[in-house]
Amino acid sequence: MTESIKIVENILNANDHIALNNTKCLDEKGIYSINLMASPGAGKTSFIISTIQALPQELRLGVIEGDTAPVTIDSDKINSAGIPAVQVNTGGQCHLDAVMVENALDQLPLNDLDLVIVENVGNLICPAAFKLGTHASVLIASTPEGDDKPYKYPNIYRGLEVLIINKIDLLPYLDFNIDYFKQGVEMLNPGLITFEVSCKTGKGIQSWLAWLLEQVETHHTHK
Amino acid sequence: MHELSVTENILNIACQHAEQAQAKKVTDIYLVIGQLSSIVDDSVQFYWDIISKDSLCEQSKLHFCRIPAELRCLDCNNTYILENDLIPCPACNSTNVKVIKGNEFHLESIDITT
Repeated sequence: MTESIKIVENILNANDHIALNNTKCLDEKGIYSINLMASPGAGKTSFIISTIQALPQELRLGVIEGDTAPVTIDSDKINSAGIPAVQVNTGGQCHLDAVMVENALDQLPLNDLDLVIVENVGNLICPAAFKLGTHASVLIASTPEGDDKPYKYPNIYRGLEVLIINKIDLLPYLDFNIDYFKQGVEMLNPGLITFEVSCKTGKGIQSWLAWLLEQVETHHTHK
Repeated sequence: MHELSVTENILNIACQHAEQAQAKKVTDIYLVIGQLSSIVDDSVQFYWDIISKDSLCEQSKLHFCRIPAELRCLDCNNTYILENDLIPCPACNSTNVKVIKGNEFHLESIDITT
């Protein structure tokens, strides 16, 4: 006998469920967390290092580093800045998922942290589909990538809480039309909080930090 | 290329529901995928043929229902379908627009034999 069964279930339901558990785990500890995404070379690790250097000493940060290959280049950089970091090797996969973050959280000293930054795998497509359970999704777009990226990778721009435009110091040397870029962003994510920064010169890092500290503080109070 | 993870999830959901219904075999799987969901049908089908082997879903057929991306202009209320590029409202050129369709990403139903 043949029959049809109605299901209507989100295909990534299993991932979303674990992501929700990750959020609960972080909330119980009063930890604020961000999912940092970007294409390869946009400056994710440099941006984390700039953030670490500007953070007040009393704020306790942990970092989860996602990479497709078993290298520890990024986590070594973070560790040498005195910050606990866990390297996640995705085994060739193009994104982090909620299970990988769940495992990585187990390896961080969560009782002693206020903030966790998850550095996703460098990619503008796949990370957009997988929730991790972090509180805010942040994308770094760097000016040498070109001003057409919101038009070409609309999905990643739609789920963001914050956009960082990095390497802003290179604007005079590039054909990057920032108005065209911002128009694309505005269509996808109206009113998106945006910081123009340069990890090289330090420009804009303080504004980003003020926003970040406010979130950490608010989150901690509402624990 | 996150099609492998996506395909594994489709298999898990389908097998779980098929077992619950005490199916002997799953013959057809119906997926609803919005145009903005960046999934390549051929790639999912490729993985499907490999990973569904020795499961209730072996040799079942995947059907993709693609939903076009549709936007509404919040200034003039015009709705339009995105063909390729992301463009402002074709009627009034406003960038104050909202995606109303194209995000779909679910397993709609399965056909089974019992």
